[in-house]
Amino acid sequence: MKNEKILNFAIRFGFLILLLGLVLYFSLSASGFASPRSAAFILQSVAITGILALGVTCTLVVDGFDLSIGSVATTSLMLSAYAMVILEMSAFSAVMLCLLMGAVVGLINGLLIVKFKVPDLLATLGMMFLLIGLQRIPTQGNSIATGMKLPDGSVAEGAFSQAFLWLGRHRFDLVVERLVPVPVVIFLVTALAIYVFLELTRHGRLMYAIGSNERAAALVGANVNRYKIAAYMISGVTASIGGILLAARLGRGDIASGNNLLLDSVAAALIGFAVLGAARPNAFGTAVGALFVGILLQGLTMMNAPYYTQDFVKGAVLVIALVFTFYLSAKRGAGGKT
Amino acid sequence: MKACEIRGLEKSFGRNHVLRGIDLDLGAGEVTVLMGANGAGKSTLVKILCGFQGANAGTMKLEGQPYSPTDAADAISCGVVTVHQSIDDGVIPDLDVATNLMLNRLTEPGAGLMVRDRALRIAARKVADNMGLDLDVRARVSDLSVADRQMIAIARAMAYDPKILILDEPTSSLSASEADRLFALLDRLREQGVAILYISHRMSDIRRIADRIVCMRDGKISGVFDQAPLDYDGAVTAMLGHKMTEVDIEVVSGGPAILEVDQVLLDGSDTPVSFTARDGEVVAITGLLGSGKSQLADMIFGQKPVRAGQLRLDGQPYAPASAAQAVAAGVFMSSKDRSTNAVIPDFDIANNMTLPFLGSFSRLSLLSKTRQRGAATDMIKQIGVKCQSDQDGIGTLSGGNQQKVMIGRWLLEDSRVLLLDEPFQGVDIGARRDIGRHIRATAKGRATLVFAAELDEALEIADRIIVLHEGAIVGTHENSNIDLDALIAQVSGAKDARIQAN
Repeated sequence: MKNEKILNFAIRFGFLILLLGLVLYFSLSASGFASPRSAAFILQSVAITGILALGVTCTLVVDGFDLSIGSVATTSLMLSAYAMVILEMSAFSAVMLCLLMGAVVGLINGLLIVKFKVPDLLATLGMMFLLIGLQRIPTQGNSIATGMKLPDGSVAEGAFSQAFLWLGRHRFDLVVERLVPVPVVIFLVTALAIYVFLELTRHGRLMYAIGSNERAAALVGANVNRYKIAAYMISGVTASIGGILLAARLGRGDIASGNNLLLDSVAAALIGFAVLGAARPNAFGTAVGALFVGILLQGLTMMNAPYYTQDFVKGAVLVIALVFTFYLSAKRGAGGKT
Repeated sequence: MKACEIRGLEKSFGRNHVLRGIDLDLGAGEVTVLMGANGAGKSTLVKILCGFQGANAGTMKLEGQPYSPTDAADAISCGVVTVHQSIDDGVIPDLDVATNLMLNRLTEPGAGLMVRDRALRIAARKVADNMGLDLDVRARVSDLSVADRQMIAIARAMAYDPKILILDEPTSSLSASEADRLFALLDRLREQGVAILYISHRMSDIRRIADRIVCMRDGKISGVFDQAPLDYDGAVTAMLGHKMTEVDIEVVSGGPAILEVDQVLLDGSDTPVSFTARDGEVVAITGLLGSGKSQLADMIFGQKPVRAGQLRLDGQPYAPASAAQAVAAGVFMSSKDRSTNAVIPDFDIANNMTLPFLGSFSRLSLLSKTRQRGAATDMIKQIGVKCQSDQDGIGTLSGGNQQKVMIGRWLLEDSRVLLLDEPFQGVDIGARRDIGRHIRATAKGRATLVFAAELDEALEIADRIIVLHEGAIVGTHENSNIDLDALIAQVSGAKDARIQAN
């Protein structure tokens, strides 16, 4: 009985305690870690991956998977640059165009999976390739920046507007002047929105039901196809938001950035399984998972760990989190809340 | 000779004390039938025996040797083989029959690198012939019927030369002739000295096969019967803790017509089916596997198209294209095979129960947990679900209690037509009575259709019984002083019975 209690406690709070321990350890051993600036830096470093991870969480909830998020984000990055620099559109239209692109990609993913019965991993893998290729065609594989030479010999006249750059670079005052960057605010708002949607609305509950037993959900009258498509559309839109923020931070359409986005965000969503012993995709866990990776990397960097160890550390965290989720929860046996 | 000795076996899940000291012997060459209401702990006992779960206390011995399987494979190599209730655990649907039958050959040490398909098929055909299975061994298992899959699962279990064979409700999806084949096989195994533990709710099976009956109740052995002739009534009493009583049905003839099935053609029949279900009436539709029961239920719930004829709901033409449309029209269905069609394993009782009507428990799409839990708690009380609270995971409940939750789900809101497809599948008599009583008590204001293959289930719940055979109605009976012989003859499709009905 006692062992079981300890096990339950470990499953529920183990990961959060680990997180707290890490924060304490770094605060004591790395000077400057426990400061508002450092906290804001951590948040900023995880904001974009976090937003993407929240989208993936929605597809994981309906027992799907979206491999195309990374390439949707980079497509959105290139598209916004193309729209402003070459087509000379306003910041607002560029943002809207990117969001629309994300939604359409999500819709196509969803239709491929639901109507054409392509397995989710394969459909979104195909979409990933397609987008990686597509975003290179208009610029013949070059990055986009003001003053670049266009294929027809003219020079691109447009520029990133200030309003657009504001999205990536403005910092709000909080305690310290110019502390919280806009992407962090968008990340937190998205996290809250996805949390409310998944945990508190009937649509979220039905999506969890579909992920757990699709047939049973269909037989109580849930429109399974529509919910699945919705999940991929949410994923596409959040990924395009991530791409917009990346573009706004960089200030140019950099063809090579965003390579790590897919793996990092999927890792965050999977680490989220372990938070509070949920053993399933959940928005709170995903946000904490993203933060966990950010804190760990920031702490290690401040303690002079070389940059090339970062992926190794992320991988290790992911594996430990997965063991937490699947081994310990399986030991606890069937059932649980909700 | 004792093939297996179990002493003082205990197991608990959290606060749930499921097994409280089980002592059980299994004799070689003997069929021991294990009876017990759902929640008595049968399934848990089987899971411990076949290595899926460890016990908290107690010892097991196999032919005198201590036995504590570390996992399912270990149990099988010790000679304890189990055929589980959910058939798809026992077969690999994407492979052909031959591979399925000979799967253990492939895992044997020294089996060789290459699969020799010809040899495999010949060996498989031999196994199939021994079992009296008439199957194309090249067929994909996923293309076969449920009954055939079950037989394959059992046939493969035989290939392990078991000392102990555990069968968990093996006949629940078999037709009578298939069940006979199974029993013949069990007789043969009994002669070979295999100890058989047979778990079933079907009295007819038990009468046919049992050498010994062991009853479980609340995690304990409540009765052992091994004197011939076996005391079946005593066994039922030991299982339920009180004497079985006949259910008295006060037949209701029903108010205005609600659901009219008009000249509908079912597969494999040229005779259209027509009947009317009335307000307040419980109509049981019975028939063997393949009689068209499930097809009819699926048509009314919008899962299959109505090809000929018409359905009418309250006088209006009714042609649902999906479950959602049926539910919107007030036609609810509790599906058969709850684990595949109804249970959301990740959810607790409250969320499982309220799933179809989340809209009524939310405002602006935001769910009200309080109202969900309130409704669930009420229904748990009304229908008598045994649980700690509405927040228990659905997986912690026994089969009968899960089924109560699944049926309670559709009683939360008023319906015009309530369809219950095999509502008593894998449900013990106690829970079955609870469900039946509740369905009858709430029957006013809707038409209730119960699709049940077992006659006593139909007799226990219905005002009227309609018998289907090969897609046609062969008999209709008011449920009072029914001529049982005639009913059985109609179900089995005897010629003279059909002439009478026409």
